[in-house]
Amino acid sequence: MSNTTQLLRFITAGSVDDGKSTLIGRLLHDSKSIFEDQLSAITKTSEGRGGLGAVDLSLLTDGLQAEREQGITIDVAYRYFATPKRKFIIGDTPGHEQYTRNMVTAASTANLTVILIDARKGVLTQTRRHTYIASLVGVPHIVLAVNKMDMVEYSQATFDAICTEYRLFAAQLGLHDISCIPMSALNGDMVVERGENLNWYTGSSLLELLENVVIDHDLNTQDFRYPVQWVCRPQSQEYHDFRGYMGRIESGEIAAGDEITILPSGRTTRVKEIVTYDGNLQRACAPQSVTLTLTDEIDISRGDMFVKSDALPSMAKELEAMLCWLSESPLDLKRKYIIKHTTRVVKCVISRLEYRVDVNTLAHHTTPTLNMNDIARVAIKVQQPLVFDHYTKNRSTGSFIVIDEATNNTVAAGMAV
Amino acid sequence: MSKQPFTHLDVLESESIHIMREVAAECKNPALLFSGGKDSIVMLRLAEKAFRPAKFPFPLVHIDTEHNFPEVIACRDKLAADLGERLIVRSLEGSIKRGTIVIKDPDKPRNPFQSVTLLETIAEFGFDACMGGARRDEEKARAKERIFSFRDEFGQWDPKNQRPELWDTYNTRVHPGENIRVFPISNWTEMDIWEYIARENLYIPNIYYAHQREVIRRGGAVIPVSHLVQPKAGEKVEVVSVRFRTVGDMTCTAPVESTASNAQEIIEETSTTRITERGATRMDDQTSEASMELRKKEGYF
Repeated sequence: MSNTTQLLRFITAGSVDDGKSTLIGRLLHDSKSIFEDQLSAITKTSEGRGGLGAVDLSLLTDGLQAEREQGITIDVAYRYFATPKRKFIIGDTPGHEQYTRNMVTAASTANLTVILIDARKGVLTQTRRHTYIASLVGVPHIVLAVNKMDMVEYSQATFDAICTEYRLFAAQLGLHDISCIPMSALNGDMVVERGENLNWYTGSSLLELLENVVIDHDLNTQDFRYPVQWVCRPQSQEYHDFRGYMGRIESGEIAAGDEITILPSGRTTRVKEIVTYDGNLQRACAPQSVTLTLTDEIDISRGDMFVKSDALPSMAKELEAMLCWLSESPLDLKRKYIIKHTTRVVKCVISRLEYRVDVNTLAHHTTPTLNMNDIARVAIKVQQPLVFDHYTKNRSTGSFIVIDEATNNTVAAGMAV
Repeated sequence: MSKQPFTHLDVLESESIHIMREVAAECKNPALLFSGGKDSIVMLRLAEKAFRPAKFPFPLVHIDTEHNFPEVIACRDKLAADLGERLIVRSLEGSIKRGTIVIKDPDKPRNPFQSVTLLETIAEFGFDACMGGARRDEEKARAKERIFSFRDEFGQWDPKNQRPELWDTYNTRVHPGENIRVFPISNWTEMDIWEYIARENLYIPNIYYAHQREVIRRGGAVIPVSHLVQPKAGEKVEVVSVRFRTVGDMTCTAPVESTASNAQEIIEETSTTRITERGATRMDDQTSEASMELRKKEGYF
């Protein structure tokens, strides 16, 4: 591994029938990321379940006993593999309709989504649903994997027709960074190896694409956003007067001497030092975790946000957002919920349901409440002002979770619009 | 303005620091589980990066099976002392004396019983969050666990009913009596750990590096001879150059044959190995395909 290896997080969306588990198994197997004991364990299991003759690569990703017994994937699983160019984290999400929430969850940290299509079936309702969710959650890059090309005689015309239809649909959602790849995960064509069957296709194989897609600009590099996580006061002899504000730079960059504004108070001051365990820095940028000291003594606590004075975020006690409801208990409009947004925790009420989105047709409907897997545009009132950006500008300061105070469960994911 | 390129280790390190600070800020009484093994030593360095120049806002806690390698215990004590941090040790012997653990054979592996002493320790100190050095690449059941893993009063993990975890906005809330296990290095792999040990020049127990050791061969595994494991009749004791990939219970942790004597050589070996860390070294996880899942449901890390 070189010392410039980057990390790429991606998810795969598609149903079991599209060969999703087989695709991941193939990716791991052909990039030599599967170990002998894993292979021998699944060979044993394949035989135990009636066997398929050849090793069933899908068994590699179906982790839990309950899943193996039922032959389904019930939750998000994370897989890791590496090539000399990059390290990869795969968020493996199930394709069943009732699991929209799992895809939203896995997509929330992803740089890229692989959307799987069965070449025989083309663009289906679920393809549209997966693409809509990827666009909603702001995944920057999309790969359309047209799988099972072996079942359509590796036909270029079939592939082209599917791509054209898909691109038209994706454009309506404002998605433009889309790559389409024909493949056969079963035979290993165009996953890691190019194979012999798709010679008419001149683009990248899936792994080549994953290794080379440019992700440097996925984080917002413009607007400095620094939610204070923890105030460091050592109160030791040596650091008697030290008062540092610890946090992670969510976007943008900062240099010693820069003027900052502290929100919500609006006070301004300057950064005195950027302190780290490995020594002070002259400048730092997202996604570094650092400690900042300031030139003035100001009352600052967790939940405050440092921003540069020339790029201010929104600050309000009312906001509009897209919500994905994650809980089995439906939304209760009469109740107060808790919002956790960056490092700030506030009480809120959902004051208005504007519309629910039918994720299959993208049509808007009025709705009296929200049930699990519903996605809706809502208006929210919060008890204390939130300091936020539009989600499309900043995934970190534009997102929040909603918590039910009675059960402490995370009941919704929100994105400011 | 030029931007330095961040490597995967930089990104993982920053993520782990962020997680530890969230725990410190939002949990009332957290602890960091520290065994003296390589993953928990990485955790210690991450905690230094997260909280220095201040002391850690939590104690270190070790649940001692008393089946540990002496080199690991020595390293545990040395590192805690060097850092000047508080170390709490609770041992399975204590639970055995209280009668909360009943074991048939004191020399058999003790990992299954660790959960009991851990839960007792959590109750004794009232911890509401325990940070552990588990990684998702270790095992299938781990791969499905959240970074903030909610546990009920019995310490049970319910894999079908986990809180959704979105972005890096963590829900740390618990009711009294419940607690959260937090895994700040969830996204690290065995390779990342070794690269980090090399980059940070971390001090780890010397049995991670190749050394001569008396072993016996049992059913394809290389087993270290110790006061707990003696050769049976007909078994031959050999002296072989080995290193440990994990350092758990002496009765069920097998070394691998190796001549790698420093972190760099281990990185090279790790990049070509064809067997997983647990597959090579943990006899207790191979009993059935779901052993880890079952143990976790009972309150294991």
